[in-house]
Amino acid sequence: MSPESKIVGQTAMRSKVHPVPSAPPAGEGAAHAEDDHPLSEYLRMDRIPHIWCPTCGIGIAVKCLAEALDELKADTNKVSIVSGIGCTGRVAGYMKLDGFHSTHGRAIPFATGIKLGRPELTVVVFSGDGDLSGIGGNHFIHAARRNMDLMVVLVNNFIYGMTGGQNAPTTPVPAKTSTMPFGNFEHPFNLPALAEGCGADYVARWTTLHVRRLTRSFKEALTRKGFRFIEVIAPCSTLYGRLNKLGTGYDLMKFYYENTEIHNGADTKDVDIAFQGKIICGKFVDFERRTYIEMMEQHYTEVLGEKYVPMKPEGGMLHEPEDEQQAAPAGKPARRKREKQEVAGG
Amino acid sequence: MKTDPAGVLTGAHYLDGDYACGEGAMAAGCRFVAGYPITPSTEVVERISRRFPYMGGTFIQMEDEMASMAAIIGASWTGTKSMTVTSGPGFSLMMENIGLAAMMETPCVVVNVQRGGPSTGLPTMVGQQDIMQARWGSHGDYQIIALSPQSPQEAFTLVIDAFNLAELYRVPVMFMMDECVGHMTEKVVIPPADEIEIVPRKLTSKTPEEYLPYSADGGLIPEFARAGDGYKFHTTGLTHDERGYPVMSAECQQQNVQRLIDKIKLNADDIVRYEEEEIDSADVVLVTYGITARVARMGIELARKKGIKVGVIRLLVVWPFPEKYIRELAGKIKAFVVPEINAGQLVLEVERCAAGKVPAVGVPHLGGGVHDPQVIADAIVEAAK
Repeated sequence: MSPESKIVGQTAMRSKVHPVPSAPPAGEGAAHAEDDHPLSEYLRMDRIPHIWCPTCGIGIAVKCLAEALDELKADTNKVSIVSGIGCTGRVAGYMKLDGFHSTHGRAIPFATGIKLGRPELTVVVFSGDGDLSGIGGNHFIHAARRNMDLMVVLVNNFIYGMTGGQNAPTTPVPAKTSTMPFGNFEHPFNLPALAEGCGADYVARWTTLHVRRLTRSFKEALTRKGFRFIEVIAPCSTLYGRLNKLGTGYDLMKFYYENTEIHNGADTKDVDIAFQGKIICGKFVDFERRTYIEMMEQHYTEVLGEKYVPMKPEGGMLHEPEDEQQAAPAGKPARRKREKQEVAGG
Repeated sequence: MKTDPAGVLTGAHYLDGDYACGEGAMAAGCRFVAGYPITPSTEVVERISRRFPYMGGTFIQMEDEMASMAAIIGASWTGTKSMTVTSGPGFSLMMENIGLAAMMETPCVVVNVQRGGPSTGLPTMVGQQDIMQARWGSHGDYQIIALSPQSPQEAFTLVIDAFNLAELYRVPVMFMMDECVGHMTEKVVIPPADEIEIVPRKLTSKTPEEYLPYSADGGLIPEFARAGDGYKFHTTGLTHDERGYPVMSAECQQQNVQRLIDKIKLNADDIVRYEEEEIDSADVVLVTYGITARVARMGIELARKKGIKVGVIRLLVVWPFPEKYIRELAGKIKAFVVPEINAGQLVLEVERCAAGKVPAVGVPHLGGGVHDPQVIADAIVEAAK
């Protein structure tokens, strides 16, 4: 692999531990890992080791995203990643992208602001089931309804991990959690059905065992528009596994191996996950539906014609007057060139 | 620099305060607004949503106020000047992410057209009951800037200052209107674009290798890099070091949070703004802001007719509070009088600064209307005794 040849401007960004006095010194191990890791270009190696427990599935999902960016030779200068709060909420802090660790549940509206503020960016939301479908559920359904141009990765471990194993909107009946010590009796979400029902134009689900398929889904999602939803079923042996006596991380992965079925195109109504039941994986939804930005621009163009001035692809920033003159002599924002809108395409 | 003419509707207009605020925001270069309908603020976004498509701006009606606040922070990180607009109940919902904006040091403007509270309160009627919430509403220690206009004309001019202060100090700025100013219609003169000074987003000149998102280089305000320019920075609501990386320690908390406080506190002399009148000869000084400043005019005249020497301090910037000046005055006058459309909020700050040297007399009104000027006059006369 030769990262230097891939992307202009990327070479300069290759990870260097910033010499900050207050920061813990990077040990030899860290420097070693930085040199060795094949995806160090996409990861903040100066933050390794990460906070996730051994056998946690989040790291696998992160690796698949890095792999997808690498295989696409994506211009990572133009990719932003936004997380909420929780175990998966830490992902934005480990990817070497413009990374935003926002508030609990608000990753999607935060990301919406980034996308609409600078439409040329590819914006990835990467967060957990509690964050995106619990406290952030309202934002999730509305972003899907709008077909907002966001790629949303939801890592589902069926439980609130960071706070110590509480019940989640995804916890199957009757799994035990720290706030349902006698077992959960609430109906959980079927997230692919929720996303499709609200209008997402791409919906897929994989477990962290399916690394090649997950990477492929990430690549597909990175190169298309609209609300792209990918659910990643991930093991949490520390809490979900332990509270339910499901064994080690290895046992959880073995469970995926023995109990997942791949049904591409399956009806999302049929992909509910029962406690220790079958997990249906696959790409369930993939169709063209006009996205939020397309709807907005087409509509204003139809109604207002030439008078319509869309947001500049690089954002609504006002430059100093001399810059403005150089960039656009008429003082009006240039019309967006559509083929440049999505930057991650390979 | 001069502003973008595309957002400036030069001329004399007959506008209500909400529309004037919207025009001011557009004149200031605001190009992203996210909001959720709420009386009596909605006309601001109605105005903007009608005008934005002509100037490269995007308005989105979000699903709630939490989303609106989150969206403007996200948009601001792309360099696009951003604003949201709300009233009491929505302001409460925004508090979580106002704290995030303060912690991430994100320039943005939050307009609150105040109505009577608590809870749903008086949706269509005036209040000034959120003035302390503007300062203290989100959890944790931080400082913000808050401004309060007294007229539609000032809603236009002062919101431009709000955007400029947000840029200068990398802070969320609260624009504290009230229902009366929002819904009163008056002459508003919008100057030509080349007479409107705005502060552009100052981007760092450092290279990505040398850039640290939260290093203020010994100063108080770090340089900004926007998303998409290759800096690959990280920002978080967690306590963070100069790299923007989370550090869970008392030392880092001290450095991080103290700077958030100091950047406003130590620059307060440059930020505070007030108008004053007949202070030198005054026995009683009225401290006032927003619509109450105008209602108090008649109360002041009535008191002066009775021979009372009344001075006036009208706050344009409410937070940071002109602490030094009030302390100084406290040694020279008999009393402060503070009429507000609440049960007595800013009077507590005046009282704190007067430090027992002279009384600070509140003139409370719980909302739904403005003061009877005679009540203000009586309070002045009483305080002068």
